[in-house]
Amino acid sequence: MATQIAATLYNKLSEDFKHKRFSPEEAKDAVYALREKSFEQFAEKGFPSIKNEDWKYTNLVSFLKDDLQTEVLAHDYNEVSPATVKQYFIEGLDAHTLVLINGELNVSLSTFHGDGTVSIQAISSAVDTPDYLPYIGKEVDVKHNSLAALNSALFKDGLFIEVKANGVVDKPLHIIHLNCSASGIFLQPRHLVVVHKNAVLNIVETFANIHEESVVWLNSVTEVYVEENAQVNHYVLQSGQVNTRMVNHTEITQKKHSLYNNYTATLPGADLVRNNLNVNLVDNNTETHLFGLYMGAGHQLIDNHSTVDHRKPNCFSNEHYKGILAGNAKAVFNGKVFVRQEAQKTNAFQQNNNLLLSDKAVVDSKPQLEIFADDVKCSHGSTIGQFSKEALFYLQSRGISEASARGLLVQAFAFDVVNKFKLAPVREHIEKQITHNLEQWFK
Amino acid sequence: MLTIKNLHAQVEEKKILKGINLQVNAGEVHAIMGPNGSGKSSLASVLAGRQNFEVTEGSALLEDKDLLDLSPEDRAREGLFLAFQYPVEIPGVSNINFLKTALNEIRAYKGLQPLDARSFLALTRERQKLVEFDAQFTNRSLNEGFSGGEKKRNEIFQLAMLEPKLSILDETDSGLDIDALRIVSNGVNKLRSANNAFILITHYQRLLDYIVPDFVHVLYDGRIIRSGTKELALELEERGYDWLKEEVALQGQL
Ligand SMILES: Nc1ncnc2c1ncn2[C@@H]1O[C@H](COP(=O)(O)OP(=O)(O)OP(=O)(O)O)[C@@H](O)[C@H]1O
Ligand SMILES: [Mg+2]
Repeated sequence: MATQIAATLYNKLSEDFKHKRFSPEEAKDAVYALREKSFEQFAEKGFPSIKNEDWKYTNLVSFLKDDLQTEVLAHDYNEVSPATVKQYFIEGLDAHTLVLINGELNVSLSTFHGDGTVSIQAISSAVDTPDYLPYIGKEVDVKHNSLAALNSALFKDGLFIEVKANGVVDKPLHIIHLNCSASGIFLQPRHLVVVHKNAVLNIVETFANIHEESVVWLNSVTEVYVEENAQVNHYVLQSGQVNTRMVNHTEITQKKHSLYNNYTATLPGADLVRNNLNVNLVDNNTETHLFGLYMGAGHQLIDNHSTVDHRKPNCFSNEHYKGILAGNAKAVFNGKVFVRQEAQKTNAFQQNNNLLLSDKAVVDSKPQLEIFADDVKCSHGSTIGQFSKEALFYLQSRGISEASARGLLVQAFAFDVVNKFKLAPVREHIEKQITHNLEQWFK
Repeated sequence: MLTIKNLHAQVEEKKILKGINLQVNAGEVHAIMGPNGSGKSSLASVLAGRQNFEVTEGSALLEDKDLLDLSPEDRAREGLFLAFQYPVEIPGVSNINFLKTALNEIRAYKGLQPLDARSFLALTRERQKLVEFDAQFTNRSLNEGFSGGEKKRNEIFQLAMLEPKLSILDETDSGLDIDALRIVSNGVNKLRSANNAFILITHYQRLLDYIVPDFVHVLYDGRIIRSGTKELALELEERGYDWLKEEVALQGQL
């Protein structure tokens, strides 16, 4: 390679791959071929630079310059107690709790270990599970996603969740991702979710760092396979402190008559959040809803890249992302919708709206539609706006302070996305977070 | 209650109010009439504190408070209420949440505890009855999808909830059907007391049949060019504004 950004980390990861974990005797690992192929891609392309069209507005250089370990020291794990975990529960959410520490399933802190309907295991121990190999890495394009390639080459652990055909998981699975390292760490969790025919699953993911002062880099990949007539509601609540950086690659594959709903809320905190959300509609008559709310302040960078790939006829997809940006925050929205030639009778909608609360906040919004079929209904749009002065004055003229008026208007702006979050406790949790943040911003 | 002296205001460089004098006492109802574009809504906006108006001269006191020194919200908290000529639609802000916030912020300003949910609901019901405004609107977004007349009625409902000292109704009557005009007028008449006052901005005598004013003023080109009693409105209804405009032109020549 000619120039490589983050050369130190790049070299460290290359060493990891060559010597540490995947020495020839470990070639038995059933995903070895995936790792090999993926590492080749990463080795060639390195970390994405702004020359890469998909990373044009998100420069990783400053986020990768810290000294980062690729292994967590064992003693760092001891400090997480059940009491610690409890503080990350969502009020009123009746759920099965799964706790991951630094990407590894922690059985003793988790309240649920699977039942006749759903099996839950560490992905590191899934090698012998029949449904592991046919799915892992199947739809992830490692050629064009060098970070996903890096994860595919080097992932150590994560969750493997499998819901049996016709199984309805009785409660949502609340996955609490806890990061716990006293020194800077680069983590690569890998999750695989397979929801078989006619099954139903609700997942709620939340994130937290135990050591607020040290850098946590998450380069995660999650694959979700929604089989025929299955339903998945997937909530992703991202928050974190300064020093948290996450690149979250989520690859969804939907079969006939399946339904997938993604609700992503990115709340203020983390330095960098990059979500790559790809939905592959590989069969007819699927339905997909992607709702996102992002709220940034300080010097945060929130980048949502999504792809909805309509490969087959009669599928419906709707994406609506809304952003609220204060301070020097920057957001990127890039939503691609592909409608392949075969995908007649596609309905695909996409909308991105942004509210800028400061002169220094920036948004780059780029909805993209590429249509190769002729009998389709598609629309997309994007707006970037500020407070309506008329609305502010109206509220103030009724005795409402400027700060409360701004708060009401921000909440009103967020309303039509937040209102789509079906699980009431999750929705209320987010509403509370929004209010809390607004109080900080406007006080 | 309201004392306006020699009030001048402009938007950007355009002079719009050119020396308004007006005294409104507690218990009184004043009507302000005048041709389109004469500055009636501008006067209301300046009093309520709309940002784009710059006051270049004069004063406006609400009781002993200098309104012009206060933020729009503090003017409201001191007891000023403007029923807008064009109420704004605010999708996503529920009517009820909006009213609760407004009421409680005004109460807090006066050193009162917020109303609990039950008392708030009771008050809402009572005031809805007073202005005969359908309860279903309270669950909807503020003015969103309301018809022109419904928006006006919602303004009066807000007025009834907030109990201001001085209310300015900017063309509340336009857009109301005959029954709604009567209902809204009845509501206002019920709210009238010795401790509050109303300024009705209107183009039509009809409203003044229902809410009988103590004084009628004609605003033209940023000035009050004639003041009188309710008979003045009848005269205007009959003769229009031209004779007054001519008088002003004549005075200008002198
Ligand atoms: N924001 C503004 N910028 C420029 N000019 C303005 C602005 N607001 C009002 N004006 C002008 O000020 C003048 C007075 O307007 P105003 O709305 O006060 O009239 P009005 O008496 O309420 O008229 P109407 O009876 O039609 O409601 C008009 O010439 C109007 O164009
Ligand atoms: Mg007007």
